Amino acid sequence: MTRSIRVAAGQGFWGDWLEAPVRQVNDGPIDYLMMDYLAEVTMSIMQKQKGRNPAMGYARDFPQVMERILPVMVERGIRVTSNAGGVNPRGCAEAVLEAARRVGLRGKVRVGLVTGDDILGRLDDLIARGHALADMDTGRPLSNIRDKVLSANAYIGMAPIVTALDQGADIVITGRVTDTGLTLGPLVHEFGWDPDDWDRIAAGTVAGHIIECGAQSSGGNLLKDWRAVKGLENPGFPIADVSEDGSFVITKHPGTGGVVNVASVTEQLVYEMGDPHSYITPDGVADFTTIQLKQAGKDRVRVSGIAGGPRTDMLKVSIAWFYGYKAVGTLVYSWPDAFEKARAADAILRKRLSALGLEFEQILTEYVGVDATHGALAGPPDPDLPEVQLRVGVRAGEKEPVERFTREIAPLVLTGPPSVTGFAGGRPQVEEIVAYWPALVDRREIEPHIAVEILEA
Amino acid sequence: MPVKKAAASALTESVQLVPLRYLAHARSGDKGDTANVGVIALEPDYWPVLRQEVTRERVARHFGDMVSGVERFELPNLRALNFLLHGALDGGGTLSLKTDAQGKVYSTALLRMEIPVAASLAATLLSRHAP
Repeated sequence: MTRSIRVAAGQGFWGDWLEAPVRQVNDGPIDYLMMDYLAEVTMSIMQKQKGRNPAMGYARDFPQVMERILPVMVERGIRVTSNAGGVNPRGCAEAVLEAARRVGLRGKVRVGLVTGDDILGRLDDLIARGHALADMDTGRPLSNIRDKVLSANAYIGMAPIVTALDQGADIVITGRVTDTGLTLGPLVHEFGWDPDDWDRIAAGTVAGHIIECGAQSSGGNLLKDWRAVKGLENPGFPIADVSEDGSFVITKHPGTGGVVNVASVTEQLVYEMGDPHSYITPDGVADFTTIQLKQAGKDRVRVSGIAGGPRTDMLKVSIAWFYGYKAVGTLVYSWPDAFEKARAADAILRKRLSALGLEFEQILTEYVGVDATHGALAGPPDPDLPEVQLRVGVRAGEKEPVERFTREIAPLVLTGPPSVTGFAGGRPQVEEIVAYWPALVDRREIEPHIAVEILEA
Repeated sequence: MPVKKAAASALTESVQLVPLRYLAHARSGDKGDTANVGVIALEPDYWPVLRQEVTRERVARHFGDMVSGVERFELPNLRALNFLLHGALDGGGTLSLKTDAQGKVYSTALLRMEIPVAASLAATLLSRHAP
């Protein structure tokens, strides 16, 4: 029988279902648990937390869930890859080692710590040596906003994960390793794939892409025949069962809810897709127009035929910078004339903001129940709507106007149109805006700094 | 509506407009200020219709000033199209004040679009989706 490796998704983002990793290790056989925590803005949130407390800056959910599942992981030989380390992978690794000791696994757990993606401390040097780190969308050089930068991390690939696994790590903790690298790393380690075998690298990357958003490929958020998706109170998170040749089956544990079918996998494949011919990662470029899907039994989709191309010379950099402030206020107006009342309230609010001399970069009004999701495409609303939520957002570089805006919502209750409710939450919160600055950097500036350490519990 | 005017030029007596959601399912996501919508044929037979009728121009007209530009890619292997809707997210990410700052439901907004199909197919689709 041909050997295959089962990589199971345990988290699709920081804030995903906490029971998922527990179910993945308990409800059936897996070899690896892959835990993706990082989205574009997650790093900046973690950087803020680290600024307040230098011991923080990683996904604190991760050591907690490890504490719950470590005994069964050790018993069954399941290994974990995760980018839970955020901007403090060392702190995360130490918390996991402490958790291991608390559950009596001193000397029985090895953590592979991957560092080198964090380039915040190297930015001035890089800029001085001619790296513009220009915004990929606008072309502006980073020097324009250098003093506002909060975090800067290069997206790195699977290589350090492979090294850590080769050296015997049970749990690999990284910072900004790509979501797909967390799945590809174990495959390269297990099968000994050549890192320049572009088709296999692309295949492992596509496997990673399909499972990286958790249940979104196994029935969650599935539009096609959504009523037919049963058991989502206990969704089966996806598992990639991968063969040495790079073909694989997407499946989930028996007895779990959701569904794995061609539709569920296809919806995930097109999620956040750019040019399908070149899905670029630090490890290679996958061509999504080569992917073949076939239903191969209940909750089993066979994926094959994937072709890929060489890795590029550049790595993407995720930079977070302080932009300004925003706030969103809401009020609910009831029948009769709900929409008309909400519009009248919006007009009054805007006149008051203007009379106060407040200046905003933008004021956005949406009417939830009328146009908040589809804008003008939704067409004219039913004249007899039972209720409409007025939702007004403002954004400014300075805090003062946004702060004052938050105090102008509640007064509308007694000084505006009638039949208004839904303000029990109090004043809206002023939020700091941390913006995302995608850039490219020569990989030769990053790779020599990547380091792997093995730490024992 | 610009969409209907455009469709009318392709209209013959054997063609009828139906909502795209009768022929396709979809998922959308974001990259900065760009939303992407993947449109997937509900049945293999619908793929040639999607490929021919869900054009870049028609999608751009559908969204009008909600977007600043549209790119279109074909994935025949998945019987899917991918659209990049630039400037769709009011700044995108954390800057956007929109409810749908991450473009999660641009998918269903696109499925509202009406496309011309053969009258026989339209009759089947309309009867299947009759209230």
